[in-house]
Amino acid sequence: MQPATHRVIAPTDITALRRHAYRIRRHALLMGEVQGQGYVGQALGIADVLAVAYFRAMNLRADDPEWEARDRFLLSIGHYAIALYAALIEAGVISESEIENYGSDDSMLPMSGMAAYTPGMEITGGSLGHGLGIGVGMALGLKRKQSHSRIFNLLSDGELNEGSTWEAAASAAHWKLDNLVAIVDVNDQQADDKSSSVLGYEPIADKWRAFGWTALRVNGNDIAALVEAFDSALESADGKPCVIICDTLMGRGVPLLENRDKTHFIRVDEDEWRIALKQLDDTYATPSDAAGSEHS
Amino acid sequence: MTTQSRLKTSAMIASLAAEGQPTTSAPFGHALVEAAAADERIVGMTADLGKYTDLHVFAQAYPERHYQMGMAEQLLMSAGAGMAREGFIPFVTTYGVFASRRAYDFICMAITEERLNVKIVCALPGLTTGYGPSHQATEDMAIFRGMPNLTIVDPCDAVDIEQATHAMVAHDGPVYLRLLRGKVPRVLDRFPDYHFEIGRARRLMDGEDALIISSGLMTMRAIEAADLLAERDMHVGVLHSPTIKPLDAQTILEEIQRHPQRPVYVAENHSVIGGLGESVAALLMNAGVHPEFHQIGLPDAFLDAGALPTLHDRYGISTQAVVKTLASRISLTHAS
Repeated sequence: MQPATHRVIAPTDITALRRHAYRIRRHALLMGEVQGQGYVGQALGIADVLAVAYFRAMNLRADDPEWEARDRFLLSIGHYAIALYAALIEAGVISESEIENYGSDDSMLPMSGMAAYTPGMEITGGSLGHGLGIGVGMALGLKRKQSHSRIFNLLSDGELNEGSTWEAAASAAHWKLDNLVAIVDVNDQQADDKSSSVLGYEPIADKWRAFGWTALRVNGNDIAALVEAFDSALESADGKPCVIICDTLMGRGVPLLENRDKTHFIRVDEDEWRIALKQLDDTYATPSDAAGSEHS
Repeated sequence: MTTQSRLKTSAMIASLAAEGQPTTSAPFGHALVEAAAADERIVGMTADLGKYTDLHVFAQAYPERHYQMGMAEQLLMSAGAGMAREGFIPFVTTYGVFASRRAYDFICMAITEERLNVKIVCALPGLTTGYGPSHQATEDMAIFRGMPNLTIVDPCDAVDIEQATHAMVAHDGPVYLRLLRGKVPRVLDRFPDYHFEIGRARRLMDGEDALIISSGLMTMRAIEAADLLAERDMHVGVLHSPTIKPLDAQTILEEIQRHPQRPVYVAENHSVIGGLGESVAALLMNAGVHPEFHQIGLPDAFLDAGALPTLHDRYGISTQAVVKTLASRISLTHAS
């Protein structure tokens, strides 16, 4: 693990992480409002994971997204770009003023994440099943350079359908890539249907363990549990890659969207965005609320 | 009962070299070792075909710079992209069929969309194995030509492969190279002015009766055919165009327009669909240049299994087949 002094963004306590998660959700809702639609449900679901990744686990420099000693965050799932943009805005890598350009012509924030467009977007995702393999190559490269940087790769449960994900999983264990952390967002939703209906994925943790990984499974909307999992992943140096399997709730923090029929691509009516923002504010107004559900 | 013995498929591992022709063993592997001595960034990666792409030579010289990625071509390309992202120059090897058919999306989105510096070196281009369609990359160039940012190289012989290996290191960007492996003939030594350069075609032989524009293995055949035709007072020019993309439009057009009456034959160890022949055809149409135009290449079909000499004759890419095709055309000119 990197000495704490190397952290440019200091480790923050749970309350501060909750605050970051709230603001990531808020940035995402504001971007969603610009387009009137989008992958807002996923962004709300993964916000707590991104808050812990960006504000506790990772080394980065907001003013130098290509800093050689940074940790690399690879977004396989390009359609989650709205969530990562929100995290990068919150981290100060992208200016908050870019929110109004989300998904517009010539914007640095296209609907699907691409490396050439956006500071802090390490890879071009979107064709699912690529991220972990790229992560294996980068992790091998970092070891060649004797770098202490780490690779974090955010995958979805749907992405576990792709055979290439498992080629990469086998390889990461073979090469003892303990500098590689996979994060699987299990929200049980993919393009056509519930993930469990499209292609059953359980038992996820056992599968990763059988491939030679250390597998942790947590409530991905529980900040305290996430902190424990990320800390544990970073402290282990047993020559094994680590996967953090995060069960999340799409729409988390906004009851209007939490309770909506779950679909891959949520449509929100024009008048609902302000309601959603209000509900998000209400959710975070009480310390023991659902969105910060470490006590639930 | 026939007295003529049939050739056996085991001839698939036979050298492409003619009897007595000088050869170099594993020219790619040795050239890569040489390049790696001068450039620390070079690493080798393979999908369980190191021994069959001559990468084993590199693996023996630099075991700590060699990555065996297993029989997983999607991973090979993604991991190659990751290595390039960290500043290395990965040479990734497999067969042409697997790179083009199986790993296309991974090359496209992980490597070329971001113009990453990955060199994809693939054995068994076109009809260089008798194993049949599972191993014969007869349409790899057609598949790859549509991929933006990818340079496509089809070298002729050991000389070309050695020089192309160094040229790929010097070139910043993704390259696909069609590799001849094992004991590879050396034929370009006889042209002292020749040197390989990415994006450049070069005239090897001159002649007013016909022009062959060729790449890869077919440049060897074109030279042999031109020599044999010269003995019959038929004079054939040979323009070697080892870079398929970007095509050297200027040199090709200049060479054709030097003798506009010459029939042009584009010869390639590849399907007549989507390779060098159609690249040149499109170039000529766009330039408004209309010579008599022919293609020598493999048919649009899944090819037979068998022994290579048999198959090269069957599909019209043996030296004798090229000689026959050109002689019948040139004799018409001479008769008129």
